[in-house]
Amino acid sequence: MSLYIIKSGLLTTIQDQGRFGYQQQGVIVSGAMDSFALRAANVLVGNDQGDEALEITLRGPSIRFDAEALIAICGGNLSPSIGGQKVPLWRPVIIRAGEVLEFGPCIWGARAYLAVAGGIDVPLVLQSRSTYLRAGLGGLEGRALRTGDVLRCGAVSDCAAKYTRNGLAALESKPFAAAPWFIGFPSRPAYAQEPVIRFIQGRDFRHFTEESKAAFVSRPFYVTPQSDRMGYRLEGQAIRLMQPFEPISEAVSFGTVQVPPEGNPIILMADRQTIGGYPKIAQVASVDLPVLAQVKPGESIRLAEISLEHAEELYMDAEQSFALTEKAIGLYLTKERGV
Amino acid sequence: MIKKTDNKTADSIARGRHMSGLYETDESDVLVLPLGDRAIVVDWGGSIHPDTHGKIRALCSQMERNPVPGIVEVVPAYTTVTVFYEPLKLRDPVTGDQWSRSGGKDDRSPFEIIKRIVSRMVMGLESVEAGSSRIVEIPVCYGGEFGPDLHDVAVHTGLSAEEVIKIHASQDYLVYMIGFAPGFPYLGGMPERIAVPRRSSPRPTIDPGSVGIGGKQTGVYPIATPGGWQLIGRTPLKLFRPDHAAPSLLQMGDIVRFRPIAPEQYAAWKEDDI
Repeated sequence: MSLYIIKSGLLTTIQDQGRFGYQQQGVIVSGAMDSFALRAANVLVGNDQGDEALEITLRGPSIRFDAEALIAICGGNLSPSIGGQKVPLWRPVIIRAGEVLEFGPCIWGARAYLAVAGGIDVPLVLQSRSTYLRAGLGGLEGRALRTGDVLRCGAVSDCAAKYTRNGLAALESKPFAAAPWFIGFPSRPAYAQEPVIRFIQGRDFRHFTEESKAAFVSRPFYVTPQSDRMGYRLEGQAIRLMQPFEPISEAVSFGTVQVPPEGNPIILMADRQTIGGYPKIAQVASVDLPVLAQVKPGESIRLAEISLEHAEELYMDAEQSFALTEKAIGLYLTKERGV
Repeated sequence: MIKKTDNKTADSIARGRHMSGLYETDESDVLVLPLGDRAIVVDWGGSIHPDTHGKIRALCSQMERNPVPGIVEVVPAYTTVTVFYEPLKLRDPVTGDQWSRSGGKDDRSPFEIIKRIVSRMVMGLESVEAGSSRIVEIPVCYGGEFGPDLHDVAVHTGLSAEEVIKIHASQDYLVYMIGFAPGFPYLGGMPERIAVPRRSSPRPTIDPGSVGIGGKQTGVYPIATPGGWQLIGRTPLKLFRPDHAAPSLLQMGDIVRFRPIAPEQYAAWKEDDI
């Protein structure tokens, strides 16, 4: 089975959970911005949760499927449709051979993840299929998808194959069929408009003025158009140090909030550098990274401080919830009656 | 037990600076503090110094030799080692327990468990590992089209271009860490005589292999990136090789020597000439 890219969209790349183990070689982690949506989409089509999928940004591509396929779209709502009919998110969808998946206006969020049963057959580079554009690493030839690309898909799991067969039998003349069940709101991250992003104090927190610390948690911050997969550049009340302070460069992470001297915080995202040298005011709680990843340039966020212990508990709750979701989906996929 | 650094004053100043009262270890002069809910920083404090670097190498190789379940990866820097971990996969090194949140008084959070793990490793480090530093020679074609800023560096330092090359190429440089870009070495040891400020406006793109000076630092750009350093030459070596198991040509702890080559040698360079 292959995917024919009829129209590339704004920025469509292949991403998995990221390239770990090579940061000490300076290799950027990359991976999906919204790791929850990536994992969810994969599980919905019978893949391993960490497999690769298409990360589709703001304006989506048009993709023709040359054979029937089991797919799932999770994350932002970029108005996916097949044959002029809306395709619902967060659930398995069986698409008929020859049909075209298109995307329209961005209704909500910034990124959608399209997983295909069997995954996408591109080589592993340093143990990951994630695309890192600047170094031309991973994905399809290290670059974003272009019109005319053809992506080959991998081997479909037994349960996905069976589910697809059963579903096709019930498809009749329709171009696609979506499952009536889906991952509901309570099982997703707290996606929202102007979301509250929770953070733990960064190690340099106390070097900032009281006024700045107060503003950091009370004022909204605007996500500027210069924001991308590397980092979100915020604008709001300027955040100031009590006195000049240049930390010695050290490792940074997904969600590290650095403040350069001009006072506008930067939240480091999937394509962050491995090492950073600006004072660190905060570190976003892991559970809120998917929420942040769906904020698009031009929107705002609010920030709220929590303790490390609280962040750890939220993380455990989220992981346990996902494990249950994964189990439930496994059961639904293996049920006999199909879509 | 870790030996105290010579630079004790700087060390204690740095500790005072970082001390939050919550996360430092009691037993040594090493701080252990969280980088969010999935990473921990081991910080020796003080300034950038080969002694600290030796301890960092010792901890990294210790962790490489004894992989701990739940530790995802380890990122060394000048004075710190950051350990990334998966909170739900860690086990307490003493009790063998995973994080359970049963509400019992002996429950340890993932941060407390990882802190225990790394603190024990740090305690166990006998001393700075002597470590056999690998010497890597990097051929550089200085000046001309490959080093458009060599003239400016000479003017700024009051040296001739030949002297700048001679000073730059007669030094042993220590690779403190790899970062900024894949395969980019943070080198220590550049003589201050050839230090020059960065360019007032960065170049939008710099060719891979370019050798530059930025302030008191020197380095080699492994991939095309924007950059503000003064470019004095270029190496035909590939510093970033994604098809290798160790994709960075240089590794933390290596000693780098630059060797001047002529443009003809640059043109005739083949990958296996090293």
